[in-house]
Amino acid sequence: MDEAPLTIYQAHLDKGELAYQWSPAAGRAVFYPRLVCPHSGSTALEWRVASGLGTVYATTVTHPAQGEPYNVALVDCDEGFRLMSRVEDIDPMAVRIGMRVRFRVHKPGGDTVGDEPAYPVFVPVEGAP
Amino acid sequence: MSGLLRGGAAIVGVAESDLGHVADGLNPIDLMAQGVARALEDCGLALRDVDGLFCATAQARTSGLSLAEYLGISPAYIDTTILGGSSFEFHVAHAAAALQLGLCQVAVIAYGSTQRSIGRRQASVREVNPYETPFRPFLPSTAYALAASRHMHEFGTTREQLAEVAVAARQWALLNPAAWEKKPLSIPEVLGARMVSYPFTVRDICLVTDGGGAVVMTDAERAGSLKKPPVYVLGCGSAITHANISSMPDLTLTGAIQSGQQAYAMAGLKAADIDVVELYDAFTINPILFLEDLGFCPKGEGGRFVEEGAIAPGGRLPVNTNGGGLSYCHPGMYGLLILIEAVRQLRGECGARQVPGAATAIAHGNGGVLSSQSTVILGTAATV
Repeated sequence: MDEAPLTIYQAHLDKGELAYQWSPAAGRAVFYPRLVCPHSGSTALEWRVASGLGTVYATTVTHPAQGEPYNVALVDCDEGFRLMSRVEDIDPMAVRIGMRVRFRVHKPGGDTVGDEPAYPVFVPVEGAP
Repeated sequence: MSGLLRGGAAIVGVAESDLGHVADGLNPIDLMAQGVARALEDCGLALRDVDGLFCATAQARTSGLSLAEYLGISPAYIDTTILGGSSFEFHVAHAAAALQLGLCQVAVIAYGSTQRSIGRRQASVREVNPYETPFRPFLPSTAYALAASRHMHEFGTTREQLAEVAVAARQWALLNPAAWEKKPLSIPEVLGARMVSYPFTVRDICLVTDGGGAVVMTDAERAGSLKKPPVYVLGCGSAITHANISSMPDLTLTGAIQSGQQAYAMAGLKAADIDVVELYDAFTINPILFLEDLGFCPKGEGGRFVEEGAIAPGGRLPVNTNGGGLSYCHPGMYGLLILIEAVRQLRGECGARQVPGAATAIAHGNGGVLSSQSTVILGTAATV
């Protein structure tokens, strides 16, 4: 094993891509990335890049002891996998289940490579219900 | 659970350790041992009789070794399954199996936590998950809040209905001298409390206390000759569905559906046959989910079911009669204390909060972020 699934996933994010795995044996998407397909037991997992479009499945607003409240959501991506993320560019309480959202890469350290890796966030799809 | 004999094993001794905010310097193993000593006293057995050891805590890597050393025992059978707060309901099933197979004769199940006195951050180390941690979920609250959001969306469950659960727990707690909370609570007070993770305010969330205790189990034959009336294990069931909330298949359907079905099948009972209901209430959404998934009301009706004091003292169904994790005690893995209350109700030891004539009880443990579910159905000798 030359590269861990997390390393490959992270390299895609660094390029601005949201990657997931496809299991030919199970005929379905796998997320989070791993070495063994949980639907079939197969170790033959292919990497694919998601369209970045999804729908909010569940949402909450977490209120930290210090700082502003922020959204935490579960997003169902159109390719059939779910991930935890947050919806940005909108009041966190205005995030609704069923809202169409689009992926955007978030780089905590900006474009300089820092200690904190890039991660996927979402924004509302304009014009979508 | 198929293979286990209905009524083959019994809980014969129960005890809480010190609860709430325990004396400085006490550690989780102290509380486990204190619980074991008190539970043995409760049934009239001695430490030398114990040859089966079951325990779990978030604060010790190898608590089975620590507790055996502390007590000076070398148990023939040991099981330190740890699956979150439901671990002890799993232990009951595992102990029943070990007793049935003759792997041990007297089993103790123990728990201890000092998360309040040492601070929650120190008590349970946060695991980093690269697919969740960046989003700063305040776990476990955020995960249960996500489940609540889904329940509200699909079934129209309201924050007021969630608050009903907290208010009912408080009313029960006021009848329990051992409960942490001592003052009444109203629905507006729940709704107006500090928001933690929408829709939960701090009053929708379990307490952070110290505590622990122990349960003693033995086979049905030996159980009949001890100090107090045995409480028989009529049914057991368990299910795990995920570890992280982002991998839970459907946030409104818990593994309690499967664990309940297994336990009812083994017990030959259904929800309508249960007199006392003890459900792991880490958050106000939990009893709503478990009332549905254990068959006390249809899926989606849990919010409406708990309205107007229906699960409070004097309501239609006695739920969490000790005051629950919300108002009695929540040391982090509350499942052991659920078993203790169910046993005491079936013995008729509960004073002002006693459910008259209780003969059957369900003790349902939940662990992780709705991840592990384990159901134990208990009954008096008349039900065996």
